[in-house]
Amino acid sequence: MANDLAMKERLAIPRVHMPELDATERSRNFAEVNRGLEMTDAVREAQRCIQCKHRPCVDGCPVGVSIPEVLDALAAEDLPLAARILRGDNALPAVCGRVCPQETQCEAKCVRGVKGDAVAIGYLERFVADWAMANPDRLGQADRPAASDRTVAVVGAGPAGLTAAGELARAGHRVTVFEALHDTGGVLRYGIPEFRLPKEIIDSEVEQLAALGVAIDCNVIIGKTLTLDQLRAEFDAVFIANGAGLPMMLDLKGENLKGVYSANELLTRVNLMEAGRNPAATTPVIAGKSVAVIGGGNTAMDCVRTARRLGAQRAMIVYRRSEAEMPARVEEIKHAKEEGVEFVMLTAPLEIIGNESGWVAALRCRRMELGPPDDSGRRKPVPVEGSEFDLPADVVVNAIGTRANPLLTATAPDLDLNTWGNIVVDDAGATSLPGVFAGGDMVRGGATVILAMGDGKRAAAAINRALAG
Amino acid sequence: MFEVLSNETLAPNLHRMVVRAPRIATARRPGQFVIVRADRGEERIPLTIGDADPAEGTITLFVQAIGASTRRIVSTPAGGSLRDVAGPLGQPTHIEQFGRVACVGGGVGTAVLYPLAKALAAAGNEVTSIIGGRSSQYIILADELAALSHELLVTTEDGTRGRKGFVTAALADLMADPERAPRLVLAVGPVPMMRAVAELTRPHGIQTLVSLNPIMIDGTGMCGGCRVVVGGESKFACVDGPEFDGHRVDYASLMDRLTTYREFEDAARCAADECRLGEVANG
Ligand SMILES: Cc1cc2nc3c(=O)[nH]c(=O)nc-3n(C[C@H](O)[C@H](O)[C@H](O)COP(=O)(O)OP(=O)(O)OC[C@H]3O[C@@H](n4cnc5c(N)ncnc54)[C@H](O)[C@@H]3O)c2cc1C
Ligand SMILES: Cc1cc2nc3c(=O)[nH]c(=O)nc-3n(C[C@H](O)[C@H](O)[C@H](O)COP(=O)(O)OP(=O)(O)OC[C@H]3O[C@@H](n4cnc5c(N)ncnc54)[C@H](O)[C@@H]3O)c2cc1C
Ligand code: SF4
Ligand code: SF4
Ligand code: FES
Repeated sequence: MANDLAMKERLAIPRVHMPELDATERSRNFAEVNRGLEMTDAVREAQRCIQCKHRPCVDGCPVGVSIPEVLDALAAEDLPLAARILRGDNALPAVCGRVCPQETQCEAKCVRGVKGDAVAIGYLERFVADWAMANPDRLGQADRPAASDRTVAVVGAGPAGLTAAGELARAGHRVTVFEALHDTGGVLRYGIPEFRLPKEIIDSEVEQLAALGVAIDCNVIIGKTLTLDQLRAEFDAVFIANGAGLPMMLDLKGENLKGVYSANELLTRVNLMEAGRNPAATTPVIAGKSVAVIGGGNTAMDCVRTARRLGAQRAMIVYRRSEAEMPARVEEIKHAKEEGVEFVMLTAPLEIIGNESGWVAALRCRRMELGPPDDSGRRKPVPVEGSEFDLPADVVVNAIGTRANPLLTATAPDLDLNTWGNIVVDDAGATSLPGVFAGGDMVRGGATVILAMGDGKRAAAAINRALAG
Repeated sequence: MFEVLSNETLAPNLHRMVVRAPRIATARRPGQFVIVRADRGEERIPLTIGDADPAEGTITLFVQAIGASTRRIVSTPAGGSLRDVAGPLGQPTHIEQFGRVACVGGGVGTAVLYPLAKALAAAGNEVTSIIGGRSSQYIILADELAALSHELLVTTEDGTRGRKGFVTAALADLMADPERAPRLVLAVGPVPMMRAVAELTRPHGIQTLVSLNPIMIDGTGMCGGCRVVVGGESKFACVDGPEFDGHRVDYASLMDRLTTYREFEDAARCAADECRLGEVANG
């Protein structure tokens, strides 16, 4: 068998390259940048795994995907087996394979990364998941337990909510997901752009949930359409995963000029409402010629790369620290650079300057330099006196972060919150209210897809225990 | 899907639509709105809940067809359905016994005003309704408001109905009469009208509430697109409003922001008109 390769042969294989769309071409369309591996390349990459007994990579994964087992099956070209193991551990592998920050999680712990390149676990996870999506009939039906008569309400159809819904439905419970927007996916739909995560993937995951009997009720805002108390009265348990979708404002002069967007607004217009990428969409978006995006995380990268695709000649990241401190994934930064994005580092915004018709004309900035490390261990930026300058821009995007949205919690006064308005939970995801669990960004603040899913899985397990008892 | 039970034309381009939405009908309080999307690919449009019947599970919307998306909504016939109706959103109006209240409505603002006037009257207030429009055919809900008001005053710009001129003139007279002067004024209509009302009441220190109509997407506080400046601070109209203290609103900024998508809107309207011309030519 192919995976009976000797250690020496395994070590000799170089890390696979992800085929990508040409940077100039792709910076003008919304097609997915990473094209995915071919079968032979994927199998070969899986053979690079040396099947470590102590499984360090698994420790690096927040949901503990059985990485060596998945890679072993893939190396042996047994895709149904690889897919079954993967899906058993991770409800949204096609999503995680694309958007997890692998370089700080599973791949960071990979032994092969010590002297050379880590196994491309993310690429392979994506490969197996995409194969499974394309070959549903080759997977075999998982056994389903008898239907229980217990009901669970899930608030929010983001990764945390969808994961919990799947786990609970597989345990036989009757699950209803309530979603405020007109479509599912949460940030996966309205935030992360098509060129990183095609929306069909979310559709396919949601179809699978529907096939498991999960009811998905869009256009229902908990706290407005129905209250948490109503859910508690009607359902045996509730899982709250309503995300952290409240944009933080810059509080800069000029923030209300035309052409100033929050990241959420720009991304929602383009992703959820399809502005600027589907000619039939009726929602408009301002496509700037010179766009300044303030921030250094994944959201900022998504905004700046979106601006480029909407036609910006200059698309800039304005960040007050240096590139080394940027929280965005390495791959996003690399892709953005290839697509012609400019990185204006060690620069802090002071004011947004408008023209006589009320449109953005420039972003007034100040240079910064790095001082001693702050509480977060990162070197703190300090202003350079007299370094003010204007960056010409007709669109400015604020991507500095989000906070917990209080719509639901404001109507549930008995629910314990922390100072930032996040719901407080115990290790199992239980809140201060009996039968009510919570997870994802609403608990953690802005985090990652995989952590949100981990919360969904953990809370579902706790709910299963509670409902069984 | 949300079934449309009836759809009638009240004034040129102004429709009253009754829609089945039982949860919203039950939860809704006066002053709140819904976000409507006629179909896939359409914009999300905020519309005030004009009335609701929890027993029947219906809400009433008053929709002025001005752009491509609102035209799509009003072209949904009875028996058809709207794909998405989400709500109720926004803060309900604070209703109590104020005494004498003036409710001032301009154009489609009268429809937004109607549920507030109704709730204030039901709470025992003495409501004077002042409604205005360009011309007599734009005066809407006059009978409905007359039925609940102590007094109904109508103004038209061309003098074809009621008093010739603007609603502010009628309000000024009311304020000048100590027997009729209001303790609270509610104004809903075009931004310049709301600003004029606020300027009129400001020197007299009469509490004035206005209902703002910035551009919205989600309506749940997620995008920040609906931000308005009130008392020097950014507020999200969809969660903090839509009603605000009329004396503290930055109307210039609101008006300016409302023009953000003018070019797109004109293009969308032209496209829709061309389609219709095409239909006429072909039919
Ligand atoms: C632009 C952007 C890019 C990102 N890129 C990455 C990345 O590359 N990798 C990564 O791992 N993470 C990334 N993240 C972070 C990641 O997307 C989030 O951590 C994750 O989506 C959180 O999942 P969640 O289920 O907790 O919440 P969300 O995804 O926010 O979903 C919450 C859902 O609840 C709904 N909702 C809210 N309030 C209510 C209510 N009252 N009633 C009913 N429904 C409600 C919302 O509409 C939404 O659909 C990114 C985030 C953003 C914004
Ligand atoms: C809280 C609230 C309650 C409202 N209640 C009603 C109501 O009961 N009945 C009614 O007919 N209208 C109401 N509106 C206004 C209605 O939402 C807009 O007329 C509609 O969105 C215009 O969309 P359009 O595509 O048809 O027109 P467009 O061609 O897009 O725009 C026409 C004009 O409407 C303004 N506009 C565009 N988009 C919006 C938007 N999303 N919100 C507000 N104004 C916009 C623009 O400044 C433009 O001048 C309300 C608005 C808000 C915010
Ligand atoms: S889920 Fe994410 S962290 Fe875990 S193995 Fe997959 S890519 Fe790595
Ligand atoms: S650490 Fe790397 S080489 Fe070792 S089992 Fe995990 S993926 Fe394979
Ligand atoms: S409409 Fe998006 S925050 Fe108000």
